[in-house]
Amino acid sequence: MTIKGKAYIAGIYEHPTRHAPDKSIAQLHAEVAKGAIEDAGLSKDDIDGYFLSGDAPGGTWPMVDYLGLKVRHIDSTDTGGSSYIIQLGHAAEAIAAGKCSVALITLAGKPRTSHTPPRAPGAEADFETAYGATTHNAYGMCAMRHMHDYGTTSEQLAWIKVAASHHAQYNPHAMLKEVVTVEDVVNSPMISDPLHRLDCCVVTDGGGALIVTSPEIAKSLKKPLVRLIGHSEAMKGPNSGRNLDLTYSAGVWSGPRAFEEAGVTPRDIKYASIYDSFTITVLMQLEDLGFCKKGEGGRFVADGNLISGVGKLPFNTDGGGLCSNHPVNRGGMTKIIEAVRQLRGEAHPKVQVRNCDLAIAHGTGGLLGVRHAASTAILERVQ
Amino acid sequence: MSEKVYPAPVINPETAPFWDAAKAGKLMIKRCTACGEAHYFPRSICPFCFSDQTVWEESSGEATIYTFSLMRKSPTGPYAIAYVTLREGPSLQTNIVDCDLGQLKIGQEVKLVWKQTSGAPLPFFTPA
Repeated sequence: MTIKGKAYIAGIYEHPTRHAPDKSIAQLHAEVAKGAIEDAGLSKDDIDGYFLSGDAPGGTWPMVDYLGLKVRHIDSTDTGGSSYIIQLGHAAEAIAAGKCSVALITLAGKPRTSHTPPRAPGAEADFETAYGATTHNAYGMCAMRHMHDYGTTSEQLAWIKVAASHHAQYNPHAMLKEVVTVEDVVNSPMISDPLHRLDCCVVTDGGGALIVTSPEIAKSLKKPLVRLIGHSEAMKGPNSGRNLDLTYSAGVWSGPRAFEEAGVTPRDIKYASIYDSFTITVLMQLEDLGFCKKGEGGRFVADGNLISGVGKLPFNTDGGGLCSNHPVNRGGMTKIIEAVRQLRGEAHPKVQVRNCDLAIAHGTGGLLGVRHAASTAILERVQ
Repeated sequence: MSEKVYPAPVINPETAPFWDAAKAGKLMIKRCTACGEAHYFPRSICPFCFSDQTVWEESSGEATIYTFSLMRKSPTGPYAIAYVTLREGPSLQTNIVDCDLGQLKIGQEVKLVWKQTSGAPLPFFTPA
């Protein structure tokens, strides 16, 4: 069985806020849910499947009750920022199996305003917590080793931020709208070697939501048709200490499986949403997904190759997490939303990819240098 | 800047022998007698072949830096997180301590040092 073509993304909504001290987290979930339902042209009572993750206050029954939903399918998969890309696939599976017909996926939170509680410790905690792994140094360790093994440079990584900033200048909601140069990035303060401040993403309040539905329902609605044709997920950790290799991500497994299911190759992709918690995150995933060979990511991203209208692979045309939005420190949702905008032809005209009929949304969640989950979605516009 | 206080490990039946050995200054890894592979952190069931025939083995405490990242600022000052690869095979997450953190290199040889907590000590590494 395949999910190819079994589910369509009929509704998308990205909250315009980047700072929400005046709202509750549950309220933000409700606002993005309402936005996505209205975008699809549906009503709340049409929702019969709900997908939420660790950012939803109280988890499953409090959120279903708060939103006033009546569902027959629920999924609370939590793989950090990739949760929503994973749940897109899970929603397609549930729809294909007849377990629900209109799935709602929400993400929302306020990391800029209030503290995000830590997750419960795993079996590794006593052997790792004391060493102070954070997002910055965990990704820093990947970048350090990638540079050692492949000669990747800070200037090459900087091109990823430069490309994102070129796109963000056209997004009125972007947190950072200023176009930056390679020099700006490499001269910004070092946070955790070799990552500078401008190698990092923004921290924002806000959220987003999706409506995923069956082909029949999608075709009865008014939005351009965007369907999921390939999907996969994978996880990677330090492998119990054996053959440690931090230069690749679990995308090496999720990517090829998703492409195989879709029956397309990286060369066919017109637009790429790639999770960009840090510049190194993008570079490693481009390699792992097969857009270039392992170790050649630095050369691939240099000279504006990721800038829409300039390079071969337009990426994160909303400005991405690096410049626009990274709600709840979980970037997967906005990756899907911008891919759908591109496929609908609803991206900003300055960054809209012409004849964009095939896109990828890919992300990782957790810490790339410690333990993480990757998910890849291949999306297609249907004429 | 406050003095660095490391959290005491919460000892459970599976890991108690590791922490008992740590109190005696010994870094223990687990080796599977079925597949021969060593792993870290220690588990009762081998994460490679799923055999329950795992045994404790003392590490030499000699290692090389696989990768590291120097966090420039924190409430307790700069610190260097790292993965080091033990001579016996497994790699583990740690900090490199008690040295000029600006001089660290991938491939550098390091050796085990212990840092005290209110419970069992924790393994760290310093240039050899």
